[in-house]
Amino acid sequence: METCMSIVVGILFAIGTYLILSKNILRIILGISIIGHGVNLLLLTMGGLKKGGPPLLGLKETTFVDSLPQALLLTAIVINFATTALFLVLSYRANKVLGTDDVEQLRGYGNE
Amino acid sequence: MFSFHLAISLPLFYAILVPFLYKKFNQRIHTGWFILFVPLLVFGYLLSYIPSIAAGKTISLTLPWIPSYNINLTAYIDGLSLTFGLIITGIGFLVILYSIYYMSKKKEALHNFYIYMLLFMGAMLGLVFADNIFVLYVFWEITSISSFLLIAYWFEREQSRSGAQKSLLITIFGGLSMLAGFILLSLITGTYSIREMISNLGLIQAHPYFIPAMILILLGAFTKSAQFPFSIWLPDAMEAPTPISAYLHSATMVKAGIYLVARLTVIFGGVATWFWLVAGVGLITLLYGSFNAIRQTDLKALLAYSTISQLGLIMSLLGLGSAALHFGVANKEEVYALAIFAAIFHLVNHSTFKGCLFMVVGIIDHEIGTRDIRRLGGLMHFMPVSFLLALTGSFAMAGLPPFNGFLSKEMFFSTVWQAAQLPFFHMQTWGNILVAVAWLASTFTFVYCMIILFKTFTGKQKGPKLKKKAHEAPFGMLLSPLILAGLVILIFFFPNALSQYLLQPAWEAVLPTLAESASLQIEISPWHGVNPALLLTIGVVLGGTLLYKTLPKWRRIYRFYPQVLTLNNIYAAGLEKMEKYSLSITKRYMTAFVRDYLVYIFGFTILVVGGAALFLNGLSFDFSGDSAINLYELAFLIAMIICALIVLFAESRLTSIVAVGTLGFFVVFFFALFRAPDLALTQLVVETVTTVLFLLCIYHLPKFKKEISSVGFKAVNAVISVGIGLVVTMVALSANSNRLYESISHFYENANELAGANNIVNAILVDFRGFDTMLEILVLSMAGLGVYALIKLRLAGRNENEGTK
Repeated sequence: METCMSIVVGILFAIGTYLILSKNILRIILGISIIGHGVNLLLLTMGGLKKGGPPLLGLKETTFVDSLPQALLLTAIVINFATTALFLVLSYRANKVLGTDDVEQLRGYGNE
Repeated sequence: MFSFHLAISLPLFYAILVPFLYKKFNQRIHTGWFILFVPLLVFGYLLSYIPSIAAGKTISLTLPWIPSYNINLTAYIDGLSLTFGLIITGIGFLVILYSIYYMSKKKEALHNFYIYMLLFMGAMLGLVFADNIFVLYVFWEITSISSFLLIAYWFEREQSRSGAQKSLLITIFGGLSMLAGFILLSLITGTYSIREMISNLGLIQAHPYFIPAMILILLGAFTKSAQFPFSIWLPDAMEAPTPISAYLHSATMVKAGIYLVARLTVIFGGVATWFWLVAGVGLITLLYGSFNAIRQTDLKALLAYSTISQLGLIMSLLGLGSAALHFGVANKEEVYALAIFAAIFHLVNHSTFKGCLFMVVGIIDHEIGTRDIRRLGGLMHFMPVSFLLALTGSFAMAGLPPFNGFLSKEMFFSTVWQAAQLPFFHMQTWGNILVAVAWLASTFTFVYCMIILFKTFTGKQKGPKLKKKAHEAPFGMLLSPLILAGLVILIFFFPNALSQYLLQPAWEAVLPTLAESASLQIEISPWHGVNPALLLTIGVVLGGTLLYKTLPKWRRIYRFYPQVLTLNNIYAAGLEKMEKYSLSITKRYMTAFVRDYLVYIFGFTILVVGGAALFLNGLSFDFSGDSAINLYELAFLIAMIICALIVLFAESRLTSIVAVGTLGFFVVFFFALFRAPDLALTQLVVETVTTVLFLLCIYHLPKFKKEISSVGFKAVNAVISVGIGLVVTMVALSANSNRLYESISHFYENANELAGANNIVNAILVDFRGFDTMLEILVLSMAGLGVYALIKLRLAGRNENEGTK
């Protein structure tokens, strides 16, 4: 499972990176989202998969999966959401003010 | 115990008070009056060390600064540093006194002026008393910086700025190479203290770093002391106000290089490389400076070149004197010790007569409004006192009696004459050239000294009428040069008093090993009978007079030298080319295109992480610890990849957004599968909201255009993406196969006892790592504010602005 997961994460990263390197802002944001998913799965995989019960005390299991990556991920998901939202609105603003969603046209002028 | 440290750092601390004094009193009292007592106090304090230093003692006082790195503020007081300290504070006092009359309290930013000046004074004192090489280096650079600030004091002038830049570039270059040399020295000896280095002489001289360290340190000394070919910054530094030129650029800062060479002679001296580098560069500088001084029409530029040439003279004396440390000098030490002695003697003399001359030129500039020789003349009748001062200064510089320059110049001649008879260092072939260069340069010196005096003060005023009517300067302004001129004459008549209390301990400090073995008392006397030195002086006077009289005839030779090849032009062209090329190189990769920068970042990541994994044998896979995988999990994994691929190839925005959303829900499923219920729940909510947000935004964003990019563009992107994917997979697999540490999660499994919680993940978030969560909330709030601001606030303001227009 871990090996398969690692390969899938790699593929997600590759696709995300390719999207980030494109010129369209929306595609860049989507790329960041995909990489975000990749990172989440990667972190969870690092903690070991299916090696115990969910980290809830008081259930019948006595061994638990690693709880630390989960705590990290919970933070990561929320922050990921915040940055994605900010980035989306930023691109909306850029499009509104500058009239383009092409990052190649968003570069500055010669001597600013 | 630390009163000495306090005393020499007094200027630095006092500088803090200057702005307040300026603000409160400058309307009524010139700020300079508040500064005047600082150098005087330090001067007086340093004087109190003379008896013990003259008795042959040296004093070392240590104040710990960074003891763990063995960097301490050790003040080392011996003849050499004390002589410098007295010059710095003594001339400093006179210059500040002079500046009170020179710098107008109404027009000038006096607080800046005096802060820079005190900063310089403190740094210079620190430089000469420091024993630790890094402390010395720090003070060295502070003097460069304060010199930069003072040259650019009238920063609204273009020339001031370029002069300041030039001096900074050259001296900092030298300073950095000196630092490299110091580091080499400390690598060799394992200590940062100059004292301890001297006690490890054998170790240094046998080491392969010996020559590189020597050359690097000499670069620092030569740039600072304006030795050829680094001398070009000094004439441009004359853009500074005249008190500064008199203080930094003739009496003190430019002598820091001399100080360094003198201080390290005991370490490096005695080998041919040092001998020829120091003496050779010194002699070339002497000749170059004096020859070029004659062609100058600006009095200050003339003095700048003369300073260059005099510094060359002192440097060459130090070089010649280093022969004293050569093995096998046998009983001839006193000859070379005399060279060191003469160097320090001339250094003191130079500070007096050149300071005096600079002040006179400042007076002329201040009272007449020009310092162009072509427009001056006949000032003797209007400014008799200034004339006498200029006469004293220039005759001393020319080496005529009864002025102190005569004594040190005679010593210079006799040392060069003696050195030409050396049986080693290839002196047989070079000896006569040495004497010829010394004689020729001194003849030129004589000529320009006469130019300063006679072209300015005799004859008739030339050119268009001057703006101001010539008149003598106020007494306050004349006071400082009068004191200096008095010293010039006093030293001639009582040289041995100076010698006994300062110069004797100073040369012993330069050559401590020699001073221990031989007790050498150097007596200065104006008359030695007819000897080669006297004949050379007579030759200089005759030749100089002849050259001065025939100056209009041979002046033309200066025009033969092509203007393009002057050092200044080479510097200017080099600077311009460097700026041009660095701009074009920068422009080549700084494209302002985000994608390019991301390519650099990703490419670098691949190289570093992937490269490190490959070359450091970080790759080892072990699949034995894997948990089982069943068919429907595999199907979901494949579905996830398909979702991602759909995003890649989708032509409509809706498709790609839905695909990313679907991908997110698959992730939710995996979270649930991997026993992470909290994550699954959060992800579910977030994914839903994100998808809605995306859908909201596409309403405002334009449709996907068909991306028209070259094959190369896409190929680079593809290579980089695949590379990143591979690196991530590789790292994930290796990390999974090799666990360096056990997980620390077991600690948190006591959540119930420690935090009273049954949900471990939640306990970590709100209890164990509660602070992190708080900051996370902060980030979330900031993002929220950002979103709000981007949507609402600026748009509203903008519309309003557009409306009012």
